[in-house]
Amino acid sequence: MKRKVVSVLLVAAMTMGVLAGCGSSNKGGSAKKATINTEKEGKILNIYVWNEEFQSRLNDYYSEVEKVSDDKSITYLKDGTEIHWTVNPNENGVYQDKLDQALQKQADASDDQKVDMFLVEADYALKYTDANANVSVPLKDLGISDEDLADQYQYTKDVVTDANGDLRGTSWQATPGLFAYRRSIAKDVFGTDDPEKVQEKLADWNKFDAAAKEMKNKGYFMLSSVADTFRVFSNNVSGKWVDGTTVKVDPNLMNWVKQSKTYTDEGLNHKVGGQWTDEWNKDQAADSKVFGFFYSTWGINFTLQGNAGKEGAGDWAVCDGPQPFYWGGSWLVAANGTDNPKHIKDIMLQLTANKDNLIKITKDTQDYTNTTSGMDELAKDPKYGSEFLGGQNHIALFAEVAPTIDMSNISPYDQGCGEAFQNAFGDYFNGKITEEKAKKNFETAIKEKYPELTDVEWP
Amino acid sequence: MKSNRSNNKSVSYERWGYIFILPFFVTFLVFSLIPLVDTIRYSFYEYYRSGLIEVGPNFVGLENYKALLESDLLKYAGNTFIMWIAGFIPQIGIAMLLAAWFTDHRIRIHGLQFFKVVIYLPNLIMASAFAMLFFTLFSDAGPINQILMSTGLIHHNIRFMVSTLGARSLIALMNFLMWFGNTAIMLMAAIMGINPALFEAAELDGCNHAKIFRHVTLPLIRPILAYTLITSIIGGLQMYDVPQILTNGAGAPDRTTMTLIMFLNKHLASKNYGMAGALSVYLFVISAILCFIVFKMMQDEDAVEAKKLKKKKRKERA
Repeated sequence: MKRKVVSVLLVAAMTMGVLAGCGSSNKGGSAKKATINTEKEGKILNIYVWNEEFQSRLNDYYSEVEKVSDDKSITYLKDGTEIHWTVNPNENGVYQDKLDQALQKQADASDDQKVDMFLVEADYALKYTDANANVSVPLKDLGISDEDLADQYQYTKDVVTDANGDLRGTSWQATPGLFAYRRSIAKDVFGTDDPEKVQEKLADWNKFDAAAKEMKNKGYFMLSSVADTFRVFSNNVSGKWVDGTTVKVDPNLMNWVKQSKTYTDEGLNHKVGGQWTDEWNKDQAADSKVFGFFYSTWGINFTLQGNAGKEGAGDWAVCDGPQPFYWGGSWLVAANGTDNPKHIKDIMLQLTANKDNLIKITKDTQDYTNTTSGMDELAKDPKYGSEFLGGQNHIALFAEVAPTIDMSNISPYDQGCGEAFQNAFGDYFNGKITEEKAKKNFETAIKEKYPELTDVEWP
Repeated sequence: MKSNRSNNKSVSYERWGYIFILPFFVTFLVFSLIPLVDTIRYSFYEYYRSGLIEVGPNFVGLENYKALLESDLLKYAGNTFIMWIAGFIPQIGIAMLLAAWFTDHRIRIHGLQFFKVVIYLPNLIMASAFAMLFFTLFSDAGPINQILMSTGLIHHNIRFMVSTLGARSLIALMNFLMWFGNTAIMLMAAIMGINPALFEAAELDGCNHAKIFRHVTLPLIRPILAYTLITSIIGGLQMYDVPQILTNGAGAPDRTTMTLIMFLNKHLASKNYGMAGALSVYLFVISAILCFIVFKMMQDEDAVEAKKLKKKKRKERA
């Protein structure tokens, strides 16, 4: 009997051990202050990213690149420096998690292991450019002046400016959003594929809804997923997600809930589970029945073009859509403690502040780059047009929207709140739970994710 | 026997046994016990990270435990149990059936080794890869839906992941597929360890298959069954990777596939060590209780009777 008690205890203790293993790993101390090491440039430059977008920009447009390793994990520069890429997916906060862990170890890590540079998205840029968190280096400390970046869109600088007025990041792109649609479907349903005429059909949400019904009558879907419209609504809110320790759900988000419920119930969308899923990608292929997608600048060249394939090329066009919005954008941030400040400065200047380089990027990749004068020139250029968009000059449309972008309502909670909100209401759209229950589920999820938040206020 | 041994002062090899198991206890102490004590300690603290700024540790007593009881902890425990039992019943059933067939020398299955390998194969795939595979197979436009549509069995996509029944069944099915082969092979080993003379004797006495299984095989493999049940309960309590990957961490729909460890992971994702610690302690208590119940249940009846008998004899002697 005694032996049995002992073995029960042992089994239980081992179970506990397994649980404890996940429980107490990586409890880091608070981030110690670190400074940039200006004496000698390190041999290895570590860059944290969440996809290959910036990686390919640097490999293609940074003049110092000599060669890229076969698996693309290392980029060799002409002076012998190696850029080591660390890629972690953005979803579910994985990227932030890994980055946070690395940044916490920054003070103790050896020079070659320190994070030298990382990228941030608008959704969580504030977390890293916060002067109190002190994980990023102000650009002026790297020797980049305001004049160097004078040609950039103002909002791209506002986002990464900390409370002291110091700029802590820089971007090569501006990301105004548009509605990209299939020309062939527009012709079939509206009788025209002319962007201006189509825009009239979609000028506000009421017209958009009416157009969606027309689509349905002809056997098409207006949208792929309810997630497609989320950003358009969440960008047009009247306040930040969080005030103090209270989550404030904006009335406009409830408009999104209402519209999405209708679209799902009436079969106006294709009921795809979310963006970036397999079905969603397939919905952008040439044989799909989905009319359009809300995309911002990078989405057209980085995602849509690939998903549409050769058959889909030329069958797409863009228009403003019902409401202006922006989506994404990547900022380059120098990590506190880096030993490669000169390289970082050079990369930042070449890739985000060199007008010729930026225009070249736009011409090659159709990305919308962060040079106001350059983009205005392209917008007015009658010869410029995108083959993929059937010759349309999309830059002209983007150039109108870009200066109107207002990011004053972003907060460090945007990604977490946005994901939890869409998850919670997804079940409601599918008819599995009531709206009240969805609200409850959102409250549960948000308090789990952010222990410091205590209340949720509904409009 | 017992009295004999205590009288006889023979050479003891016991300490060599202790020396041989020492490495385990040393590593256990360093890598498990210390973090374990830390986990329990932090469960009494408010300790989390907000963005990059750390909050705590501040001592809050039993606040974390209270907050957890007020949350949906029991619901997640229920989810875990339902998905575990739905996978375990077919798992043990099929495994026993296969073990009985495979070890029966009167049936003589050809290619036995081949089948043994095949039933074990799903266990070799990483659970997360297996979940990813199912996610793709059963997605709204996935192959399963396409096959069903083209055979004319259904006219609209079945959205498996959207319904509670669909999602839970998929998870149970995966757990079943992954583990029935493992269990079958373990039971086979147990059955093959039984003295063949017993089966022959039973046959001579005119027992049929069912009776042999019920009255000879089953009682004799009970220790292995207990082992299977306990490892499965512990495995079930720790169910994480399959539902996490299948539902993308959301426990969708309506958190009905959220298991206890997924819940724990939600707290760890927000670096809430206090709350996660408290949850771990709850889990510890639950698994300890479950293990104890199973041990009690599975305790060899013969051994109990033998003990009673011994007591009786002792009394008689006295």
